[in-house]
Amino acid sequence: MSVLTRSPKKSGYLAPRSTTANLAMILAIGYFIVPIIWVVVNSTKDNLQLFSTFSLWFGTEWHLMDNLRGLMTQDGGLYLTWFRNTIVYSLASAVGATLISSMAGYSLARFHFKGRSVLEAGILAMVMVPATALVMPTYLMLSKINLVNTPWSVILPSMLSPFGVFLIRVFVQESIPDEILQAARIDRAGEFRIYWQIVLPMLRPALVTVFLFSLVSSWNNYFLPLVMLSENKYYPLTVGLTSWFAQASQEGGNSILFNLVIAGSLIAVVPLIISFIFLQKYWQGGINAGSVK
Amino acid sequence: MKLRQSLTGWLFMIPFLIVVFAFLIAPLGYALYLSTQADTLVGGQEFVGFENYIFSLTDPIFLEGVKRVFIFGLIQIPIMLFLSTVGALVIDVINTRLSRTFRLIAFMPYAVPGVVAALMWGFLYSESFGPFVGIAESLGAKDFNFFSLKVFIYSISNIVTWAWTGYNMIIIYSALQGLSREVYEAAIVDGATQVQIAIRVKLPAIKNAILLTTIFAIIGTMQIFTEPRILARYTNAVSNGYTPNIYSFNLAFAQSQFNYAAAVSFTLALVVFVVTSIVLAATRRKGRVE
Repeated sequence: MSVLTRSPKKSGYLAPRSTTANLAMILAIGYFIVPIIWVVVNSTKDNLQLFSTFSLWFGTEWHLMDNLRGLMTQDGGLYLTWFRNTIVYSLASAVGATLISSMAGYSLARFHFKGRSVLEAGILAMVMVPATALVMPTYLMLSKINLVNTPWSVILPSMLSPFGVFLIRVFVQESIPDEILQAARIDRAGEFRIYWQIVLPMLRPALVTVFLFSLVSSWNNYFLPLVMLSENKYYPLTVGLTSWFAQASQEGGNSILFNLVIAGSLIAVVPLIISFIFLQKYWQGGINAGSVK
Repeated sequence: MKLRQSLTGWLFMIPFLIVVFAFLIAPLGYALYLSTQADTLVGGQEFVGFENYIFSLTDPIFLEGVKRVFIFGLIQIPIMLFLSTVGALVIDVINTRLSRTFRLIAFMPYAVPGVVAALMWGFLYSESFGPFVGIAESLGAKDFNFFSLKVFIYSISNIVTWAWTGYNMIIIYSALQGLSREVYEAAIVDGATQVQIAIRVKLPAIKNAILLTTIFAIIGTMQIFTEPRILARYTNAVSNGYTPNIYSFNLAFAQSQFNYAAAVSFTLALVVFVVTSIVLAATRRKGRVE
């Protein structure tokens, strides 16, 4: 169920009149929203107004459409390429990570085989390996087989999700009774068919959670694509935007690129925020499973 | 039947094991191999054993980077998790339109890429684009600069706190929502205040969730890269080895010292692993966390 919209089941035993708490929440809302407001407000200004008008309110002229048009046409529409790359990379990584973790998590939860306990301990250890420490050696390795500077070099390493395996394992143990699987086996259903037609549909909430978490982490990833990719036609949004930002700051602040970096930042965060608001009831379930266990 | 079970179990593990081998074990192994090699004067590579590691342990740049992320974590993680925990305890008992708005807005930064967060805060911090320098100066602070050598680490802490407080709050809040009400009904009957219940009953009950967020915060902090690298445009605080990851990146791509970069990466992974294991072991012994 959704943590963000649902009323807590135990509401009503405290009068919501704590002035201190309310004041603190209002302050916190202000803190969390200031950068977002800044981006929204300043994406409507041109470079002149960026410097000359108060930064937390709209300028005297409205340039949002000009900025968006500039964003789409700068460097031959490079931003659209970056946007498409981000979508392709993060969707491919998330689909791959979700499928792979669902198989592994299901296997750990419902099959007894030699070496399983070693694997379980190994997965917990893997959660603690910092992903970025793997990036440099992966780059050196992939460069030996000419796979760097290709979409694969960003997509394939992102499919590794030990935490996803862990979440799915917990979820299978809690919500898929062994009896259902045994019944299907008695009916002579093949193991893969059981997984595909019985287990996967029952796993849907956990799958959406793992999918969303992988999607966000590869959508937001910077270090991996920065290391792997050298041609800007392969860049995702994060690397592309910083390359524009670097140009804008080098040219001494008067560059036309600042307004594009700001408008580009706005467009980069909108899809994720919207999908999170719409899919909140799903990811909540997964956070729950991960935190209580 | 048993054989079939065991075989199917392994079959379902295979895709994951392939990915683990290709993108975890092999890179770590390769890094380990590279880190034991060094360039020779004639252009080849030779085996040098632990020399790169011994060098890293006496390399002031690397050690300073490690020290910096440790200090950063010791300041930033407690502040962030304190705020997350208090926030979670508050929205657990207060359910109004305000608290629901707060919950949603606080979580929103999770959907903002670290790069964009760093860009936004960079603009907000800057004198020409942002309001804060002006506000600080009108309050009497002279020549306030978010990018000065001393202040910069706090400016970075603020970005990380902004990005992750709400996410951690939601994790802790989910754990609170998972508690059964009976746990603290007795305390309410006994006339305990909400604050007493929060500290004596709820906090001990959610220590697993807090431990989980602590571990993830430690892992994230030790790897910090994006924020200082992007804001390096504004400041000279970000040196060649400001954080271990920045150092490893520069070693590989600016100085082509791949062997040593591999040693630094491997040492970083080891340090993270050791630190998180120590934290886990310490909390397990003290509080018997399951």
